[in-house]
This record gives sequence, structure tokens and C-alpha cells, in this order.
Amino acid sequence: MAYLELNNIYKTYGQGDNITEVLSNINLTIEEGEFVAIVGFTGSGKTTLVNLINGLLEPTKGEVLFKGEPVIGTSHERGVIFQNYSLLPWLTVGQNVYMAVKEAFPKKSKSDLQAIVAEYVDMVNLTPAINKRPKELSGGMRQRVSVARALAMKPEMIIMDEPLGALDALTRGNLQDEILRIWGKDKRTALLITNDVDEGIYMADRIIPLRPGPRATLGPEFKIDIERPRDKTALNDNPNFKKTRNAIIEYLMDIGNERKSQIQKEYALPDVAPKSFVW
Amino acid sequence: MKQSITLGSVTKFIGLAGFLETIKNVFTGKLDKEDLKNIFRKVIMPLASVLLFFAVWYLGANKLHEIEADHLINKALVEQGPAEAEKLRACIASGDKSCQPNALPSPVQVWGAYQTLLADHYLISADKKAFIEKTAAINEKRIANGEKPITYTGRPSFVDQIFTSIITVFAGFLLALFIAVPIGIVIGLSPTLRSSVNWLIQIFKPVSPVVWFLLVFMIVKTFTKNSSSDSAFIICFISVGLCSMWATLVNTAMGVSSVDKDYINVAKVLKLGPMQKVFKVILPSSLPLIFTGLRITLSVAWMVLIAIELLAQSPGLGLFVWEEFQNGANDSNSKIIAAMFVIGLIGFMLDRIMLTIQKMVSFNKND
Repeated sequence: MAYLELNNIYKTYGQGDNITEVLSNINLTIEEGEFVAIVGFTGSGKTTLVNLINGLLEPTKGEVLFKGEPVIGTSHERGVIFQNYSLLPWLTVGQNVYMAVKEAFPKKSKSDLQAIVAEYVDMVNLTPAINKRPKELSGGMRQRVSVARALAMKPEMIIMDEPLGALDALTRGNLQDEILRIWGKDKRTALLITNDVDEGIYMADRIIPLRPGPRATLGPEFKIDIERPRDKTALNDNPNFKKTRNAIIEYLMDIGNERKSQIQKEYALPDVAPKSFVW
Repeated sequence: MKQSITLGSVTKFIGLAGFLETIKNVFTGKLDKEDLKNIFRKVIMPLASVLLFFAVWYLGANKLHEIEADHLINKALVEQGPAEAEKLRACIASGDKSCQPNALPSPVQVWGAYQTLLADHYLISADKKAFIEKTAAINEKRIANGEKPITYTGRPSFVDQIFTSIITVFAGFLLALFIAVPIGIVIGLSPTLRSSVNWLIQIFKPVSPVVWFLLVFMIVKTFTKNSSSDSAFIICFISVGLCSMWATLVNTAMGVSSVDKDYINVAKVLKLGPMQKVFKVILPSSLPLIFTGLRITLSVAWMVLIAIELLAQSPGLGLFVWEEFQNGANDSNSKIIAAMFVIGLIGFMLDRIMLTIQKMVSFNKND
């Protein structure tokens, strides 16, 4: 039995004439301990897909099975790292994490909870900033708080919705390593949504492209056979990496062109020629 | 060092920081081109506008005084003959208080009125103190016998009226707070409730303070029929509260109903219970809007208070203004203008206090 299963998922927004089908016939299985990346263009329905899996949205048709049980609502077993951090601005770093931990382990004593908070804040190297509020932190630090908050609840599966999309390249690289290190420590199942093919190849076991919406559907999967731990600099010379990367990009380019040709319209241009200013 | 910090925060609090900072720079000799521009904008222009204000006031008051005087003299000429008219003209020119026409007072007269009011206050305070000393022994006996102590029932001074007004406005403000914030939260949380009471809010919001006062009077009158206590204060603060609470009600409802979707998603992912969702996510995120509403409420409360005190005959600045107007003494107009400035200044201070609190609870601030 697969760990997470998506069977014939359809998701539509709106009603009547204004109905738009965002996701169409999505099938996906993820095994326990796997790291899967879904790559797609912006606006292709990635966030909708992620919200279906974490339980914030319900599919119009089809079912999402988590450990064989249909997903109804959110659950502490599936931790979410949001695209825009979604930290509560009136709480400090510690309080943001504490709030999550308290919900996840309601029976633990306050000192135990504090210890968990301290542990996870330390894990993302934010101990010096534990009493700061989100607005005093940089984007990368905020996202690390978000990572700590999601992981401190000890979820069985981590769902990441473009977690590093808004960060600069250097911070991005550091955080990728940090997430991988944490993931590697207790081998949780992970689903990463991203628009960066390199990031997907560097982090995931499998990459599945999402064909752009409306009526987005999953493309063929690409297996990444590169041994862990992966070295970012050596990766560039790895023939396997190059091959996979080219294959995925080619595929994405193809569907991009396909989409462009579909929406191409003939515009009737007036028959005018530039006037010559040369006598 | 510590004193300069408090001085700085005080000037910042009343909005004079730029002004004083620039003046300080002039004296410490830290001047460059940018500073000259600042001096012009933050020192010279404000001072010029103050001077201009007083000049216009002074000249305008003189002109009005002249017109009124001419009118009086003409009237005397027609009714009593040239001899009386000439006498009146001489009397007005001599500056005798008994024959001055009733017109807009000049700044000098208003300043005089301030001093009269203050002197009056000291007189009354002394009188009050003497009274308390005199009755202290008797009161002790009366309390021991289970009787009511004798209290001072003399006329309140201007300063006493100010404090009464501030107490009334705070009573009204607290009433507005305790009605509008909980109702606003409930309305904000439930779209059904919101649409069902929307008509009520929209209709009652623009109602004039005078009508609110009459409405409250109709209701409170029935309740206080058998009580001997003075109901003017109760009517007054309830009217102020009801009249000013709408801004808070609308803002709270809006703040609660428009919480950022990201925060709601966080609450869902963390699986917060409904109460926790309200108290840990929705309320904190709508606090800035609630406080904006409260700030508007306090300034509206102060504004309508004067009118309502006047109608309710409840002691305070409003009643003071009205009584002075009815009084018609030769310095009544000056006292009214003096009260106007006091009302304006207190309103300004109240607004500043609320602004400071609002800044403290706002988490989006960038300082």
C-alpha cells in the first residue's frame, strides 16, 4: 500500500459558466521515506495540488489517501511549509514555534514543550533570534522559522509549497542543505513543490512535472539516480545530472511551447509601412 | 541624559519633534543647506501661521467690534437723541466695560478671561478647602450616627468642569468599548449575523448626537423615576457612548472578518480549536484595526460630549459654554472662546494618547 495516494483528482473553481478546471486527472503515489518533487510553471495549479494533499482543500472528484485513509481536513501528521512563510507577526520566533508544538503535543508539560521549541529553533540556527518578531528577520530567517515550526510538530510527512521561491540563490542553497539534512536524519516522507528544476534534482528522488493549468495534469516521472549525500558543485559535472536536467527542461519547454501555440491568436494588423524621413 | 530622552519622547508624542530638533540644530550650529530648508519648513512657517492666525483674529475682532459699536450708537441716536449717542460713543471709546458692545472677543480679551477663570478656580478651591475643614468635625459625628456627611455644593470652577468632562468622556468611551468590541467580534465572525444586522448599523451610525441624547433620555427617565440621584450624568455618558461606538463596531467587524487568509491557513494546519482560533489568531491580527476604531471613537466622543452636556444639563465644559452664553456678561464671549481652545487642546491630547497606544499594538510598524 502506498503511503500517499492521489486517485483521479479533479479540482474546479467557480460554478456554472464561470467554472474553471484547475487540476484534471491527477494520479500520484508516494512511498514512505521518499522525497518527491513536483516541478511546474507558476500558475499551473501547484498550490492547489498541495492544499488538496494537506487537507486545506477538498477535491471536486477523486480521492486523496494518506496511509490508506481518505484525507479529510488538516492533520498534524502532515506538516506544511508555506510559500509565504505565514508566520504570525505578533508572536516571536519562539512563540510561533511554541504555538505549533503545543497543538501537536497537548499532553506534554510546558518545560518539555519549551525544550522541543529550543531544539528545533537551534536546528535551523535561529537560537540568537528566538525572541525576535518576524518583521525583524530576513526572508531566509523567516522561512527557517517556518521550517522549524513545521518540523517541531514531528509530522510523518513534510509538504513544502515552493518554500524557497522568494529567496536569493545563496540563502536558497543553504536552506536546501538544511532541509535535506533534517530530512535525512529521520527519513520522513517529503513532497516538494518547486519551479526550479535544479532544486528538484538536487533534493528529490523523483521529479514529476506538472503540465500547466487550466486542466493541469501530471507528466511522466523522472527518477534521479544520484547518490546521497549529493554535492552541489560536483553535481554540475555528473553526466547523470546533466541528462536528467536536460530531459526535464526539454519536456517543460515542449509543453510551454505547446501551450503557447494553443493560445496563439491571429491579430489583424493594419496595413501600414513606416514613413521614410530620408529625402 | 535620561531627561533628554524623556523630553524627546514627549515632544515626539505631541508632534513637535521636528520643530524642536530643528531649533536645537540652529543653536548647536549644525547647519547645512538641508537644515535651512528644514528651518523654513518646520520653524518659520509654523510660527508665521500662528502669527497670521492671531493677526487675522485680532483685526477681525476689531472690525466686528467697530460695526457693533456703530450700530449701538446709531440706535441711541434714533431712540434717545444726539446727546445720549455722544455719551455712548465716549463711553465705548474709553474702554469702560459697562457699555462695550457684544462681539467676537479679541485675543487679549480671551487671555484676560483665562486669568479670570484661573483666579476664580483658586478662589473656589480655597473656599472648598475651608468648607471641608469646617465640616470635618461635624461630618465625623454624622457618619458615626449613620447620617450622610455634608458635602460642598458650591459652584464648580472651570478646572473642575474640565475634569468632569474628561470623566464623562471616559465613562462614555468605556461603555462604547464594552458594547462595540464584543459585538463587533461576533458580527465579524459570522457573515450571517453581519448581513442581518447591517441595516441597523447603517441606519444608526449617522444619527445625530442630539437625537441619541433624546432617545437615551426617553429610556433612562423611566428607570430613574424612583431614584433621587441625578440622572444627567448617566444620560450624558450613555448618549456619548452610543453615539461614538459605531466607528469601533464597524472597524472591529471589518478587522475580524478580513483576517489574512495565510493566518487562517496556519490556524487550520495547526488544528487550533474554534476558541483558540479566535483568541490566538483572529483577535491579534485585527487589533490594529480595532484600535484605529477606538481612536476614532474617542475623538467622536469628545466632540459630541460638549453638545450632549449642554442638552443634558450635566456639569462639564459643554454646560459651561452654554451657561456663559446664557449669562451674557461682558466677558462671557471671551470665556467661551477660552473654553473652545481648552476643548480643542484636550481633544488633541486624547487623540495623541490613542495614537500612541495604537502604535504600540500595531505589529506592522517599521520603527
